[in-house]
Amino acid sequence: MKYMLLIYENPGTRETFSGEAGAELMATLNEIMDEVTKSGELVGTQALADPSTAKSVRLGEGSPAITDGPFAETKEYLGGYLVLDCDLDRAVEVAGRWPKTGTGGIEVRPLMNTSGEDV
Amino acid sequence: MRERVDPEELLRELTPQVLGALARRHPGQFDACEDAVQEALIDAAAQWPRDGLPENPRGWLLAVASRRLIDDWRSESSRRNREDEVAALEPDESRLPDLAEEDPGARDDSLRLLFLCCHPRLTPPSQIALTLRAIGGLSTDEIAAAFLVPEATMAQRISRAKQTIRRAGGEFTMPAAEERGERLRAALHVLYLIFNEGYTASAGAQLRRADLSREAIRLVRMLARLLPTESEVTGLLALMLLTDARRDARADEAGDLVPLAEQDRGRWDREEIEEGMALVDAALRRGPTGPYQVQAAISALHSEAPSAEATDWPQILALYRVLDQLDPSPIVTLNRAVAVAMVEGPEEGLALLVTLDGDERLAEHHRLAAVRAHLLEMSGDPIAARDGFREAARLSTSLPERRHLERRAAALDEE
Repeated sequence: MKYMLLIYENPGTRETFSGEAGAELMATLNEIMDEVTKSGELVGTQALADPSTAKSVRLGEGSPAITDGPFAETKEYLGGYLVLDCDLDRAVEVAGRWPKTGTGGIEVRPLMNTSGEDV
Repeated sequence: MRERVDPEELLRELTPQVLGALARRHPGQFDACEDAVQEALIDAAAQWPRDGLPENPRGWLLAVASRRLIDDWRSESSRRNREDEVAALEPDESRLPDLAEEDPGARDDSLRLLFLCCHPRLTPPSQIALTLRAIGGLSTDEIAAAFLVPEATMAQRISRAKQTIRRAGGEFTMPAAEERGERLRAALHVLYLIFNEGYTASAGAQLRRADLSREAIRLVRMLARLLPTESEVTGLLALMLLTDARRDARADEAGDLVPLAEQDRGRWDREEIEEGMALVDAALRRGPTGPYQVQAAISALHSEAPSAEATDWPQILALYRVLDQLDPSPIVTLNRAVAVAMVEGPEEGLALLVTLDGDERLAEHHRLAAVRAHLLEMSGDPIAARDGFREAARLSTSLPERRHLERRAAALDEE
């Protein structure tokens, strides 16, 4: 099974990774990335740019409406993701070891697949 | 005159024999041997179709792989500037068996290899990847494509698997007699998972992945030749053939799943069915009975029924009860509940499902909701059935299954 770990951040999250205090957090992060890479579980990962850089495209009647900023203004927003090929326990375990920064958190969601069991 | 052989097929057939022979000569070097054989396969895939098959393909591969292995040691050693080490590692030519001879050790080599690739310290994804590469002769990028992950991910997984085996002291030897049953069960499970990965993909348009089921059948055939009296090996081969026979009928042109009861039985592969039925008969007569044989026997009853209504459900129910004794699991109970409903009525089937409520292994699994909805529909409760199909659709992580469940819910809306 493949799971996406959706990493939710808040405006202070990235800053906590810089400076001396952030070194330990970075080390934890690198350790996790190294582990899931070497085990052959990491399918892909990306960090997203700040939500203020987003364009939101709303689809409805007529031409799409394009606005600056994220789709919904929320305290926590999507900061990046990891896709792991592993079982659910392992995905939750990896998420639980993510460096703690402010009010953020990680949502673990299975990816849909195109295979189908007999019905 | 040499018979016309497909070079690719021959290469895959020879892979475990060549790797086995090499690993036996170089104890403790499985990792390097496996890489050397992969390199020899790449050389052969480039040269054989162009230059024609060598006189002795197995000997050719073994010679090229041996040379690769020694080259690798040489370059490694020259980096470390320790030439004497190479001398110690180079095989003593006088001890090599005549490459032109059929190697009597080849039979055990393939078995040892399978047991090593399905080492208990490896996770199932790693066992699968290593088995497909070391025994199936597939390349890393082919395996990566089949499992829809980047090639780098698969390469890491295979390399980690080989490290894990080395650290666990995994040797290229036959497991002790008392361990063999357990190791064989693990190997059969790995082959079953490979088959299922391919078979379930056949509902979509992913032909490359569907090839995995053919590959699994090929490997179980090989295993059945090596272990002709192991009834569960025969049973697994029968189960795969009987299941694979329905592949073309299980999805429509749009890739939507067609339930067994609605499949066009004229599109089932009769040849595969006949072979599967003969195998399961032979296995059951020989015994001892195991879960794969019973599942194959259930599949055979579906295969020989002219229609869903004319299926021998009492016999299927009896077999599910046997399976429940041999290898109990919540999935077996789910399937048994369907058989109970067909024989004793939907209320009886629903009563059996109640025993699965609160089972952690099925928590958030769509199949309990889907089976319950199916039985509710049979019992004449369309509202509850519709809600059940909707719930199952939400829980499913498979796109074709979800579409199917949504269709069943929608059909009840119209009533």
